[in-house]
Amino acid sequence: MGTTAGEQTNGKLKIGKYWAASCGGCDISLLEIGPRLLDLIQVANVVFWPCAADFKYQDVANYPDGYIDVCFFNGGVRNSEQEEVARLLRKKSKTLISYGACAADGGIPALANLKTRAEIYDVVYHHNPSIDNRGGTEPQPTFKTPLGELEIPKFYPAVLCLKDIVPVDYEIPGCPPQADRVWESIQAVVTGAVPPRNAAVKVGCTEKSVCDECPLEKKLIKIKQFRRHHQIRPEPGWCILEQGIMCMGPATRSGCGALCLKAGMRCEGCYGRPANAEDQGTSMIGALGTLLDAQTAERAQEMVAEIADPTGTFYRFSMSSSFMKGGK
Amino acid sequence: MADIATTIQTPHAAPATWEPRIIGFLCYWCSYTGADSAGTARMKYPPNVDIVKVLCSGRIDPELITTAFANGADGVMVLGCHIGDCHYITGNHKTMVRMPLLRRVLEDMGIEPERLRNEWVSAAEGEKFSRLVAEITEQVRELGPLNWPQLMHDRGVGHGADLRPWGE
Repeated sequence: MGTTAGEQTNGKLKIGKYWAASCGGCDISLLEIGPRLLDLIQVANVVFWPCAADFKYQDVANYPDGYIDVCFFNGGVRNSEQEEVARLLRKKSKTLISYGACAADGGIPALANLKTRAEIYDVVYHHNPSIDNRGGTEPQPTFKTPLGELEIPKFYPAVLCLKDIVPVDYEIPGCPPQADRVWESIQAVVTGAVPPRNAAVKVGCTEKSVCDECPLEKKLIKIKQFRRHHQIRPEPGWCILEQGIMCMGPATRSGCGALCLKAGMRCEGCYGRPANAEDQGTSMIGALGTLLDAQTAERAQEMVAEIADPTGTFYRFSMSSSFMKGGK
Repeated sequence: MADIATTIQTPHAAPATWEPRIIGFLCYWCSYTGADSAGTARMKYPPNVDIVKVLCSGRIDPELITTAFANGADGVMVLGCHIGDCHYITGNHKTMVRMPLLRRVLEDMGIEPERLRNEWVSAAEGEKFSRLVAEITEQVRELGPLNWPQLMHDRGVGHGADLRPWGE
C-alpha cells in the first residue's frame, strides 16, 4: 500500500504521521476529522503512517530527502529508536509538525521525568503487584542469541520534546488536538496559507487562555479553600477555580473551546503554556497569587500546603518544556 | 543598576574559588529603601547579592526567579513591604502566596527550597536587610553551587546534538 519513491503521486501532497512516546490518541484524533478525511485523501497521499498502514522504517530511508511534504509527529522522545526516527523524518520531510501535547511539551509520559531511570525500572520490572519477576530481569540494550546479537532501543533518562532533538516547523498543541483545529491546520497547509516557519509559532490554537473561551461566570470571589472533584459538586455556571477546584484555565492556551469546562470538568492544561509565558507551571503560580483569599502569610502557607501535587498538576502536560525539564 | 533581563541573564565567569551568587528582588517602596538605609548607615554585609529594583514584590513573576536560577544564580531573595504596608495595597499578598507555592515546585524539581527566600523589609529596617543578606549567603554557601548546566547534564536531558544551549 505504501507509495514508493518511484511511484507517480499525481501532484498530490505526500503526508506522513509517526507516533513516538504517546498513547496513540493523536493518531485517532486525525481520524476525528470524520468525513473530511475523504476530502483530505483527494489532495494527499499517505506515505508513512505506522498506526494505520504497513510501512517500514526502511521505506522512509529509501525516500529521497525532502520527499514527504508534511509530516505530523506525535509523541515525545523517550528512547533511542524515537530519536533516530525523528532525525530520519526531519531529513525526509519538507515540513515537520509537532502534533499534540507530547511532541510539543512532553505530555503525560514526561511526568516520569520527576523520577530517575532506576525508580522507573523498579516500579515497572520489580516492585509491582501485577509482576512476577523472580529472576529480577531487566531489558538490556543488547542480547546475544544463536542467530546473532539483538539490539533494543536505549531507554533515555528523561522524556524530551521533539524540538529538543530536531528543528520543528510548527506546533499543534493539545491532548489530543481538537478535530476542528486540526482541519483548519490541514487546510492552511494544503492551500499554502501557513505562517512563516518558526517553531515558536503554534498553529491550531489561539493566542489567548482557556478562560477566554470558558462559558462559566467569574464572580471575582477569591478562593476560600482548595477542593478536589470528589469532594464537592460544583455549582453550575460558576467558575470552578473560584469554587476551589484547581482549574488550569488561566495558564493554558485556548483552542479547544473549553470543552472540559463545558462538561463540568476542570481544565487540565493540555494545550500547554499561554502565548505570553515561557513556562506553564510558573504561569499558574503567578495566576494563583491573585486568587487566594489569604490575609496573613500563615493562612497563605496553609492554603498552599492544601494543594495536592502542585508540580504534577501544573506541569501535567508540559514537563519536558518546563524550566527544569523534570526533577532529579 | 542594569535592567532585570540583563541582570538575571548575565552569565558569570567561574572564579577560582566559588562564591554564592544571589539575585535579590527588592521592592522600590520599602525594601530597596531599607537596603539604601543599610548603605547610608555603612552597615557591613556580604557582597554576594545582585539587587534588582522592582516597583512591587507582587510584580515578580515566578518565571523571573526560575530564569535567574537557569542563568547562574545560586540563590534568590525576594523582599517586599510588610503585609498591610504595601504601596499598592495588596501587591505583597500575591507574593506571599506565590513564594511558598514556588518553593514546593522547586523542591519537586530537585532544587533545594532554601535557595529561595522571601522576607518583608520596611524602609527603616536596614539592619534586618544586612542580616538577611548575611543569612542567605551563608545558607547558600552551605548548599553549594547550583550549577545548572551540570544539573541538566546529570539528568540526561542534554544529549541531543541539536539541543539548544540551556538558558536560551
